[in-house]
Amino acid sequence: MAELAYREALRRALIEEMDRDENVFLMGEDIGRYQGTFRVTAGLFEKYGARRVVDTPISEPGIVGISTGAALMGLRPVVEMMTMSFSILALDQIINHAAKVRYMSGGQFSVPLVIRGPGGAANQLSAQHSHSMEGWYAHVPGLKVVAPSTPSDAYGMLKTAIRDDNPVIFTENPGLYGIKGEVDDDEFLVPFGKAVVRREGTDLSLVAYSRMVHVCLEAAERLDKEDGVSVEVVDVRSLVPMDTDTIFASVRKTHRAVVVYEDWKSGGFGAEICTRIQESCFDDLDAPVGRVGGLNVPMPYARNLELQCIPNADDVVEKSRQTLQGVI
Amino acid sequence: MRRNGKGASFLSTKESKKSKSKPSASNGKPTRKELEQLVEDLRWMYRIREFEDQSMRAFRNGLAGGYLHVYTGMEAVAIGWIGEKREDDPVIAAYRDHAYPMLMGVSPYEVMCEIMGRRDGTSKGKGGSMHLYSAEKHFFGGWGIVGGHTAMGAGLAFAIKYRGEDRVALCFYGDGAANAGIVYEAMNMASLWDLPVVFLIENNQVAMGTRLEYHAADPELHKRAVGFGIEHERVDGMDVIQVRKDAARILDYVRKNQRPYVVEVMTYRFAGHGAADHDQSLYRSKEEVEQAKKRDPILLLSQYLLKHGAIEESDLEQMQKEAEKEMAEVYEKASAAPKPDPHEVYEDVYTDMQPEEGH
Ligand SMILES: Cc1ncc(C[n+]2csc(CCOP(=O)(O)OP(=O)(O)O)c2C)c(N)n1
Ligand SMILES: [Mg+2]
Repeated sequence: MAELAYREALRRALIEEMDRDENVFLMGEDIGRYQGTFRVTAGLFEKYGARRVVDTPISEPGIVGISTGAALMGLRPVVEMMTMSFSILALDQIINHAAKVRYMSGGQFSVPLVIRGPGGAANQLSAQHSHSMEGWYAHVPGLKVVAPSTPSDAYGMLKTAIRDDNPVIFTENPGLYGIKGEVDDDEFLVPFGKAVVRREGTDLSLVAYSRMVHVCLEAAERLDKEDGVSVEVVDVRSLVPMDTDTIFASVRKTHRAVVVYEDWKSGGFGAEICTRIQESCFDDLDAPVGRVGGLNVPMPYARNLELQCIPNADDVVEKSRQTLQGVI
Repeated sequence: MRRNGKGASFLSTKESKKSKSKPSASNGKPTRKELEQLVEDLRWMYRIREFEDQSMRAFRNGLAGGYLHVYTGMEAVAIGWIGEKREDDPVIAAYRDHAYPMLMGVSPYEVMCEIMGRRDGTSKGKGGSMHLYSAEKHFFGGWGIVGGHTAMGAGLAFAIKYRGEDRVALCFYGDGAANAGIVYEAMNMASLWDLPVVFLIENNQVAMGTRLEYHAADPELHKRAVGFGIEHERVDGMDVIQVRKDAARILDYVRKNQRPYVVEVMTYRFAGHGAADHDQSLYRSKEEVEQAKKRDPILLLSQYLLKHGAIEESDLEQMQKEAEKEMAEVYEKASAAPKPDPHEVYEDVYTDMQPEEGH
């Protein structure tokens, strides 16, 4: 067992998959000579050369389109978006093209493409650079969407993503790259469509993915200490496909749930999770499903306002208390 | 193979000879008025450079966050072009944007407040370093998505033409931005519809950590105008005297002919890409930077002014000191300015309503 930072775990997965399969190559802005904005691809240009670690111009639609074309020919591109906010430029290539060809061709073509990069707010990146994109993509049939929260999942799910024959949106979070965790030395895969219980509890289920899992764990700890409440934390980690069984099993045990996500609250992916719980666990619920999301405003620059926008443990504790009091 | 990664050719003074303007005033005799103007330009160069040093200090001290990109080394471009444009000619630019609004009349204090996320900032602290705006001074931002603003640049010109106004829109963008597809949609329509816009490429030879020769199939970016039938050229951006000449000539052309123009202004950034650029050795050598600094706009202009007796050595020191003092005071004042109130987070999302509140 080695302790790896999230970024190192991603890097290890890239190396193993590139060594395993000659068809796997990387493409993105400043990923090669400059070593990658978040250092996920550090040293890979030196290791694999310009053929397999392709530095691109600032041309996101072109990068995704070219990768999709290469994928149609059987290559397995892994595209880095410097931030997921820039994938907005490539939405047409992703949604209208990569996500559609399998269906439109009646199954003749597939697009084994991974688009990975940081999604969500970092530290004062302001309104154009702080988007959470997973909900946008999870809306689109034809795309798989994952959002791992730990180094071990980052490693195992990136390997799965690269081996998947469909376009996969792999969202990281700028706040996660530095976090450390155990990653088994032996090679392993983490399958899509399997949620995981990060902390067991009996009174309330917190349901989250990506960095918000850590916020929920902090909130759970506090609820335990301050209120003597036993909180379970479910890490969804794979949005499409989603493992609703694990989420429902938790809710049926605790009878209360709060869904937490960083994206804008209105219309975010958490709303989808809430609906699924409501639809399937209505009789098991002792309170309405609670929801904590980002404020419905473009991300402001001033640090005090920015912190106000991003859900934190205080917000989760507060909503949890309301949900715990709520009785139908 | 052109991708040799060797020292960039642009650094040679020969570049400016390609300009269609008469050669730099260094040959002819400048008038007194011209000299006075150039002394003012020199003062501005010191002020901008000092301002940028203070903005970097704000970042280091945790008073600014996010991405912060300084204009150090590129001063002559904005000074020359904004100096030659008319007051109501609108300007739009990318995120390396501290200099433009100040040159257009926004106070350094307001800009520093924005960089520090304070309520007195140009965007009340909500935009930050990359997103400065001044409707009053005709500065349309301040944009962070590389290349994204260039079509809006043509859109400003569309409105000018639509209303029959005698104005020219100025759209600044980088060499890296020149690879965004939207730029070419904008150029095509600007030419098709005869829009009075200058597409001004500030070619500082590098996009973040990727050198020009690795990102552009043909590093002479101005040539991309050919396919749209737009006049184009490459000019020098380090000698402000030359920059002013080219700017005056091109702005005049656009105004008279009501046609777009693509001008590639060759410049160099002395600082890293952004405040967090950790290792410049990944994309350039110290020697290359030293070489470029031989054409530091401050150096070129002060030599010229000394030669023509417009200033003395002691004036240089004086100007530098004044700028230092002014910008240090700006820093102090801005760092004591109030932060936005929590309720302001919901303001200015819409013109006429507020979004639903809460998490
Ligand atoms: C669409 C998009 N892709 C990537 C980025 C990240 N990025 C910010 S600045 C930059 C380099 C731009 O270089 P250039 O246009 O030459 O301007 P300069 O920084 O040299 O002034 C990159 C890649 C971005 N902001 N927007
Ligand atoms: Mg550049």
